[in-house]
Amino acid sequence: QLDRGCALHTAARGGLSSVSSQDVPAQRPRAIFHTSENDPAKHTEQHEGRLYNIPLEEVKAVFPHGLPHRFQQQIQTFNEARVMVRKPALEILAYLKGSNFAHPAVRYVIYGERGTGKTMTLCHVVHYCSRQGWLVLHVPDAHLWVKNCKELFQSSYNKDRLDQPLQASVWLKNFKTSNERFLQEIKTQKKYMWGKREITEEGRPLREVVEQGLARVRSATDAVGVVLREIKQQSHRGSFRLLVAVDGVNALWGRTTLSKEDKSPVSPEELTLVHNLRKMVTNDWSGGAIVTTLSQTGSLFKPSSAYTPQELLGKEGFDALDPFVPIPVPNYSPREFESCYGYYLERKWLQHEKAHTEDGKAELQFLSGSNPRQLDRLAGPL
Amino acid sequence: TLRLICTTTPVQRKNVGASGPEKYTEAFIKKQIEEFNLGKRHLANMMGEDPETFTQEDIDRAIAYLFPSGLFDKQARPVMKHPTEIFPEQRKIQWGEDGRPFNFLFYTGKQSYYSLMHETYEKLLSVQKHQDQLIAQDLPLQKEKRNLAGSRWLTKIELEEMLLEKVSDDDYSRFIKLLQKLVALPCADIEENYIQKFSKEVPVQLQKVVIEPLQHDERGVAFSTGEGKRKTARATAVVYDNGTGKITVNGVDILHYFPVLQDREQLLFPFQFLGRIGKHDMVCTVSGGGRSAQAGAIRLASAKALRSFVTEKEVEFMRQAGLLTVDPRVKERKKPGQEGPRRKFTWKKR
Repeated sequence: QLDRGCALHTAARGGLSSVSSQDVPAQRPRAIFHTSENDPAKHTEQHEGRLYNIPLEEVKAVFPHGLPHRFQQQIQTFNEARVMVRKPALEILAYLKGSNFAHPAVRYVIYGERGTGKTMTLCHVVHYCSRQGWLVLHVPDAHLWVKNCKELFQSSYNKDRLDQPLQASVWLKNFKTSNERFLQEIKTQKKYMWGKREITEEGRPLREVVEQGLARVRSATDAVGVVLREIKQQSHRGSFRLLVAVDGVNALWGRTTLSKEDKSPVSPEELTLVHNLRKMVTNDWSGGAIVTTLSQTGSLFKPSSAYTPQELLGKEGFDALDPFVPIPVPNYSPREFESCYGYYLERKWLQHEKAHTEDGKAELQFLSGSNPRQLDRLAGPL
Repeated sequence: TLRLICTTTPVQRKNVGASGPEKYTEAFIKKQIEEFNLGKRHLANMMGEDPETFTQEDIDRAIAYLFPSGLFDKQARPVMKHPTEIFPEQRKIQWGEDGRPFNFLFYTGKQSYYSLMHETYEKLLSVQKHQDQLIAQDLPLQKEKRNLAGSRWLTKIELEEMLLEKVSDDDYSRFIKLLQKLVALPCADIEENYIQKFSKEVPVQLQKVVIEPLQHDERGVAFSTGEGKRKTARATAVVYDNGTGKITVNGVDILHYFPVLQDREQLLFPFQFLGRIGKHDMVCTVSGGGRSAQAGAIRLASAKALRSFVTEKEVEFMRQAGLLTVDPRVKERKKPGQEGPRRKFTWKKR
């Protein structure tokens, strides 16, 4: 059925093989851009440049807060979530499949220019891990914790640090939706005191800690800290795998826009959330992996042309994250561009008459420079 | 007797008649010429050059050096030229000491015009006579056509300058018709010298823009350069063949240099028009102006460079599309008494 494919996309056809799409009598163009391989575990280089589907219920369960805003809008418009399989993601998956979990956790830093698909790569990896049954600790955007915070309280646990109850409670809620069954299984190992009255005993499921944090907003940040510590200790033992996925990790080592009541600036270490997250990102535990993304878009006080790890992380961050595996994410290759373009055409997203022609395609490619974000923005009004 | 001691100004003014433009006497002009030559020698001395071989161009350069002027109008700047170029030619007095005019047509009012018409008509008659003679002798009439395409008649203003008197439109058209009648006769070649006084050559060759041929660099790839400008921006573009459609500006990719879509569309236009979007690579340098001006300048430069790759018909299409024309719009000057180039100050009723 592959020979029936359109003459337009001969380049995409070059890498086809009979293994990949086991599509049943699908329409002709669909066969080329899409795969029915919905399990990221089975994605190989043959699937590169193709889009695979994630059922909507899974999306709600796995990504309560992880996807970029525009992609969420696209899901709503098209009523399906299609993620493109690209080389950087395949690279990380290969490493993850082959890594030895007795060794300390390996850190992967995804970097690239603006709008090339770093967050989407991260989500692809997160999807894979959740399918495999790992516990996923997904921080959608660390920059949210470092700026625009309305309420800052002094931490009861440690006098020097500052709490952020709002952000912590939001994150706890999303964490709960994504990892329901783990919260039941993992048991606390210490006794925790919340304030003067509430106590969580040893051996209680972690879900109680989370619910405590949600109920008592003041202690939400401490609840987050507790959750992180417990998970870290227990993954060390090997009962489950842990994936720490942080988007915008350069926020942890930059500057903040927050200030204390006496107008003095706050450095990131003084925030409890950031402090705990930093502990998670250090590789002194084993039994999982840490995948992070650098993001210039939300970063503070960094020039817009900076995209390498050195520039965005700063010296402090670089030393803290060193050693790591850097994974660059480039713009679309011609094949990927064609499959994205074909997908938009097929979903009738490009309504302009000229968009269907070869000239229109060349024009789109030129104007967007094969940058995924630019292409998405360009295709919007068309 | 009453003597008017104080007179009012209107009475005084009436005594002085309105005279025309200043009349220069011949003696005056001669004196000016002498002074000019003397001044020329002095100037040559001042500049340290040889007075004998001091040409008009040297004079112009020396004056521009000694009296630098920032005025825009070239004719308003200090000038030192031969008096015949400065003082307009004037008619010498047309009558003698006894008051009798020299020319018999003086009392027609337009003596030089009518004398010219008479002369031309005489030539016409002589040509006709010659023609009749040739017919009587059965000789073939000469049929060498003058090249009318490359010549034009004198304009009215030129004719006025030649005759040193005003010529009306009707008179001018009558004269031209007479000349055309003369030229239409087969044997007009006899009076060729006379006719040439009244015709001028028109440069036939229009300025044809030369399209440069393609050059080849070390790897054998064909390329061509073009320059463009817009407002204050100047750009040079080098377009290479066998490319992938990659464009670099000042060493940076266009996505980074022009984040705005509009500028990238401007760059795209020449390639899209010719249908060669993914076929050429381009490396450009641009400086000056703003974002939009730089985009326009690069567009012009790339269109000029693409002419070498393309057939002449397509070059004509590009010209008609406006891709090859320099945009003449520049920032307009602010005028005094107004807030901007066009905007006036707020008008208050009181």
